[in-house]
Amino acid sequence: MLTKRIIPCLDIKNGRTVKGVNFVNLRDAGDPVVLAQQYARQGADELVFLDISATLESRGTTCEMVKKVAREIDIPFTVGGGVKCIDDASLLLKSGADKVAVNSAAVKRPELVQELSQNFGNQCIVVAIDAKKINNKWKVHLAGGTIPTDLDLFDWAKQVETLGAGEILFTSMNHDGVKTGFANEALAQLSKTVNIPIIASGGAGAIRHFETVFKDGKADAALAASVFHFGEISIPKLKKELQQHHINMRLS
Amino acid sequence: MQLTILDYGAGNIQSVQFALERLGITAKLSNNKEEILSSDKVIFPGVGQAHQAMKQLRTTGLDVLIPELKQDVLGICLGMQLLCNTTEEGNTIALGVFDVDVKRFEDDLKVPHMGWNLIKDLKSDLFKELESPAYMYAVHSYYAPKCDLTIATTNYGIDFSSALQKDNFYGVQFHPEKSSRDGAMLLENFLKL
Repeated sequence: MLTKRIIPCLDIKNGRTVKGVNFVNLRDAGDPVVLAQQYARQGADELVFLDISATLESRGTTCEMVKKVAREIDIPFTVGGGVKCIDDASLLLKSGADKVAVNSAAVKRPELVQELSQNFGNQCIVVAIDAKKINNKWKVHLAGGTIPTDLDLFDWAKQVETLGAGEILFTSMNHDGVKTGFANEALAQLSKTVNIPIIASGGAGAIRHFETVFKDGKADAALAASVFHFGEISIPKLKKELQQHHINMRLS
Repeated sequence: MQLTILDYGAGNIQSVQFALERLGITAKLSNNKEEILSSDKVIFPGVGQAHQAMKQLRTTGLDVLIPELKQDVLGICLGMQLLCNTTEEGNTIALGVFDVDVKRFEDDLKVPHMGWNLIKDLKSDLFKELESPAYMYAVHSYYAPKCDLTIATTNYGIDFSSALQKDNFYGVQFHPEKSSRDGAMLLENFLKL
């Protein structure tokens, strides 16, 4: 049976990991390669790198980082952040990324999703969607959640599926950073709306949150950052407990 | 040992090359007939769209060369599917080494089949020393049904062929280069065949 996936997310700036990462016994927690290796060894199923650098120069650094990660890591990883065109995606994929994530640029120009999936195959195109529930409606937000749009989460998800997205990474801005659980209701609805895998993001604070995101939220994968980076939840323990709760996990 | 990765513009060549590097093997990327014929082993990678990939194989003449190879060949993902007769993806006629037709997963499943799944019913030295079942990472929307050439199966809605073999031709639907230790062991087994 296909397992549910546990995905640590790393924010990258100038080729280095940002956000306090508090790992015991790591030579250099700012080195994405070292951190990625650590997560792979602990049993992470995939990794997501989010490039939060703004300049073109630092994007070059990101490609170098992607190459180093690909050389060392034997599990799949996605790279996102600032992907605006075929060339951006091509550079990352050629550097060794397994998938690329697009977000704002796709909202501004939806054909981008189609261009990317036609060029590289839909299996490597992840559409990241940041949305916030306002007056009982889930609205898509841009630029790291700073700019609201009128676009409805479910309409947009359906549209990107039609355009050739291979997977959706949905971050609930209402839940992100709050650590009280994922947006399970919206996630379950999303799973009914589209027929491609959904990665749930935003809200992980405890092991039980992962249990409910898979059971109630019907998510195919769950992504988290700080609970892993600060060692609040250990991946081997998490996966073992989820397995005990009858959620199919790859245990190493 | 000389190992060649067929170069026809497929996407995951770099990952395969890195995985082999981790095993201490430097693989050569090539679409050159003499180079390919003189190598001990050949890896036929593939990510992308079947119809497009067949077009690229024809442009490079690899469509004629591949079925005639006498050394061990390992098709990965789309590489395996292109070794089959046909695929429903773009209604493509493929290379016809494996006598089986590739189909699309039914719509009641989430497609692509993406993530870690078990391979079982393992029937080849390719899986030597692997625990059965073993987890492998897969991403695909099309599959080869079970047939006489099946050497491993995986369940996603139905049991399908996650590996095929005919003579010196091997194909795996999953990505050993992305499947952690077990994947590395499979690649190592292929090198030792």
